[in-house]
Order: sequence, then structure tokens, then C-alpha cells
Amino acid sequence: MIEVENLSKAYGAVKAVDNITFRVEKGQILGFLGPNGAGKTTTMRILTGYLPATSGTARIAGLDVFEKSLAVRKRIGYLPETPPIYPEMSVASYLDFVARIKQVPASVRRARVNRAMEMANITDKRNQLIKRLSRGYKQRVGLAQALVHDPEVIILDEPTVGLDPKQIIEVRNLIKSLAGTHTIILSTHILPEVSVTCDRVVIINHGRIVAEDSPANLTSKLRGGETVHLEVKAGAGGADALRALCDGVEGVVRVAMEPMARAALDSAGQDSAGMLSLTIESTPGRDVRGRLAAAVVSGGHELRELRAIRLSLEDIFLQLTTEEPHEETSPAQQSAAVARESR
Amino acid sequence: MKSILAIFRKEMQLYLVSPIAYAVVGVFLIITGFFFQVLLDGVIRAAQAQAMQAMRAGGGMMEMDMPGLVMRQFFGLMGTILLFLIPMMTMGVYAEERKRGTMELLMTSPITDLQIVLGKFMASLALLGMMLLPTTLELVLLYRSSDPAPPWRLMLAGYIGLFLLGGALLAIGTFVSSLTENQIIAAAGTFGLTLLLWLIDAMVRSGTNSVVSEVLQYLSVLRHFEDFTRGVVDTSALIFYASLIALSLLLTLRSLDSMRWRRA
Repeated sequence: MIEVENLSKAYGAVKAVDNITFRVEKGQILGFLGPNGAGKTTTMRILTGYLPATSGTARIAGLDVFEKSLAVRKRIGYLPETPPIYPEMSVASYLDFVARIKQVPASVRRARVNRAMEMANITDKRNQLIKRLSRGYKQRVGLAQALVHDPEVIILDEPTVGLDPKQIIEVRNLIKSLAGTHTIILSTHILPEVSVTCDRVVIINHGRIVAEDSPANLTSKLRGGETVHLEVKAGAGGADALRALCDGVEGVVRVAMEPMARAALDSAGQDSAGMLSLTIESTPGRDVRGRLAAAVVSGGHELRELRAIRLSLEDIFLQLTTEEPHEETSPAQQSAAVARESR
Repeated sequence: MKSILAIFRKEMQLYLVSPIAYAVVGVFLIITGFFFQVLLDGVIRAAQAQAMQAMRAGGGMMEMDMPGLVMRQFFGLMGTILLFLIPMMTMGVYAEERKRGTMELLMTSPITDLQIVLGKFMASLALLGMMLLPTTLELVLLYRSSDPAPPWRLMLAGYIGLFLLGGALLAIGTFVSSLTENQIIAAAGTFGLTLLLWLIDAMVRSGTNSVVSEVLQYLSVLRHFEDFTRGVVDTSALIFYASLIALSLLLTLRSLDSMRWRRA
């Protein structure tokens, strides 16, 4: 339904969107995730025909958004970052105006306006002036505006901003109920929103796509294999023997070890003198915890703690979008690249 | 056409609830009403003075076209007031939409930029019409109390002229408004630009006669308007105003287009 190929947009020397490619199938919900200024809004504005791309193409329902702009715009409902409302108009007359400029036939206009108000749950405010509404209601008027002509494609730029928790759930449910019959792109920087509502996630940073997958896959693939954290009181042979031991365990990729601070307490509240803290990464899909524990204990060391570190979507997001101070790529980024290639 | 009408309707709806529109129309009607009274007074006094003089000198009274004189001055006055008020009518046309983000709604809807421009311009013309309409009352009064009544042609030409002059100023104003998000800048810019087109005339009058001055003279919005107040509907004036409107709307169109390209 939506095909974006090698799309770039530059403002002068600044590349807001840098060579991104993705597709959204009919009926899917795509989450567009990224920190502020990542290029989400710019991409959406290109899709809606508000901005021309510098290079690359975007097609909606097979129509180029630039060449066939009017035909594309007819098929799109768009909620920009700030709801595009006229404060002096009443909710109903505003939606009537939007329906008119979206070319909704006069015979069904009234019904469509009513339906959009129902969907956005603002029917009780229909005769109120928009300027008298709270921020959450204004946002929902904006949402109703995007739905009023029953478009095939709905593009929502941060649809839940300014809503209270109850309204957020309502809007998410509304979005989910639209899936299947509508194709939806929504942008957000709130992670749970993506895992709750979206079929696919595109993580974008500095105008580039850094990861793309389903929320569940993304979480598991990007876990970077297993990362295991150990706290060990080194026995015979000391730290070097311990390191060699861990390196020898099958599946271990990397061992990072540092002595725990002298005065600090270990996680159980014991004095940490002579304690070592290890972070061990293993190849994806292998659980090395059992073998690791056996090896450490059999080597005569005292194993105080062992736990697997799980990356939440939040960690992945931060890993993917935070600049690393050094050149070394983190395992999460590596596997993000793997995830993209294996798509 | 439907889309133009939709934009037109929306603009009118917003005008009807806009304090700016009421303020501008109200101020226009109060000022014109007041000056109509002053003009009438002046003319009557002049007539009386002449009559006195004629009595003292003992000769016949000179024929004077009093109603025509009042009307000419009245139209000239309304034109001048338009120069001051129109920047305030047009300052928000695009600037406000841009500031509110509603321009994004219009420009991502299945309507062309031309439809937006025309719908908005037509609405501003309609507001101008609503502003000028009540002033016919004063002229009807004038007609009813004049004997013989001045030719209707004079009044008709005057209103055509006012409408064209106002239309041209509105078109210029909407163009300037499309350049900025700030209404005050839009108003000041429009006022500066229209005042310049107004004063080009004065610049020339004191200057020498050359090709340049002739061109500048032709560019004066006031000079063409004066023909209308004398009851003359001159084709060259019609063309002048029509092309000024067309040019401004075309520039507005380009400005909307460039908005897409440079928006950050």
C-alpha cells in the first residue's frame, strides 16, 4: 500500500531524511519510532504531499506522491503534530469544512462527519467552539479530521500527545480497530505505544532507518544474544584464571571483567572486597548460563550472582539511537544490521 | 469549483466570528459616515458663501454641480480609507493559517493551491462588498435630496472603481500575508507596498516628463482610481487593476509553492 524507496530530504546541507526504504502492506499498522528530530515528521510530510522529496520515490496505492499528488491526498487522512484546527469554529462545522475540502460527496457528508465524531468520541462536544476544548479534545478533533473522509491510508504524527492515560488507551484502541481496513502509519517517541498498537516498527534516527521488524522480533533479535552478568569472588589463580575459564565456555563471545569497587557492597549486601564483576556476551540463541555456572564453580571460584540481562524495547531504542562515544559497535547494533539484512 | 466554494465558505464563516473583520468594517463605516457629513457641510457652506457673494455683487449665480462634487470627494475619501484598512483585512489570510498549522491541512487536502488562492481572494472581495454596501445609504440620501439628481452612472463608476481598487489592494495584501507567519509584519508590509503604489503618482508629478515618469505614473493605483470618481470607466484602468490582481494572485500561488520547498 505504501512503498518508500531511497527517500531523502535535505534542508540545505542538513539531511533530515537520508535514503530510507520501507513498505507497509494493506491493513497494517506501522510504527515510526525515533527521538525528536529524527526525521519522522519530514517523512510523513513527504508522504502526504506537503513536502517534496529531494530524491527517491514514495508511492501510495501505487501512485507517486509527487506526480499524482491530488489523487494521493484524496486517499490520505493526516493528523500533523499540532492538530490543524480553527479555534473559532465549532467541532461540527470544522469537520464539515474538512469533509468538503476532502471531496466527500454532499449526500454522505453529514453521516461521515457524525461517524468521525463518534469514532473520536467527541459527539458530545459537536456544537462547542474548538477553542473552548481541552488539549485532549482538540487532539481528538484533529483525529476525527483525519478520519472524516474514510481514507485508505491514515498518517498520524504523534496521535496521543496531550491525552490523559484513559484517552490514550481509547485512541490506541481506535487505531487498532482501524487496522485491517485501513493502512496506518503512526509516529511516536513513546515505546509502549509501538509494542501495543503496531504490526511493524521502523526505528529511525538522524534520518536513517536503524531497525525494522515486528515489535516482538525486534526485542528478541536485538537482544544481542544473551548477555549474562556475573559476580564472582575469585578463588585460586585469581582474575586471569577466571577469565580464561569463562572464555573457554562454548558459545561465549566476549568477556568483560572489572573488579568491583572496594568499598561497595555486592548485590546481596556483602562486602565486595576481592569481588569481580563480569559481563559475558554469547552468540544469539544460546543459553550459556548453566555451563558458565558449572565452569566457574568447578574452577574453585565463588559464584555470588548470575543473571541474564534482558533488553527491553526501551534499551534497544536507546542503544540504536544513542551515539556511541567510541567506534566500537555494540552487539545490539550489529544484530540490528543483521535483522535488517535478513528481512 | 466546489473546493473553491468550500474555502470561500470557511473564510466567510471565520470572518463572521472575527473581531478584526467587525472592527475594520465598523471603523470604515464610522469614518466614511463622519466625513460624508463633513463634506456635505463644506459644500453647503461654500454654496451659501457663493450665494451671498452673488447677492452682494448682484449677478446671477454660478451653476455648481454640488452633488457631483460631494460624490467625487466621497469616493476619493473611501479609497484613501481603504488604503489604511485593507492591510488589516488581509494580514491574517495566510499568515494566520501558517501560524496555526492549518496551512498543512489545506495543502495536504485534495485541492489545488489555485483553489485555495481563489477561494480566499473571493472571500476577501465579499467582505469588501459587505463593507462598501452600507455606504450606498449615504449616496441614496444624496440622490434623494438633490435636484436635479446626478447621473447614476457617476455612482456606478465610483463603486466599480472602489471595488477594483479594493480588489487590487486585497490581492497585494494576501500576497504579502503569504510571505510570513506574522500578521503584524504582513499588515505593515502591505501598507508599505500599497502606499508606495499610491505615492508613485506624487513622485512623478513633481518630477520631469520622461519615459520613466510616464511608466511610474501608469503604475499609480490612485491615478486610475481618479478616473472612476469622475464617472469615467476607462478600459486602461480596468486592465490595470485586473492585471494588478492577476499578478498578485500569481505571486501568491508561487509563494505557496515555495512554502512547500523551503519549509523546515
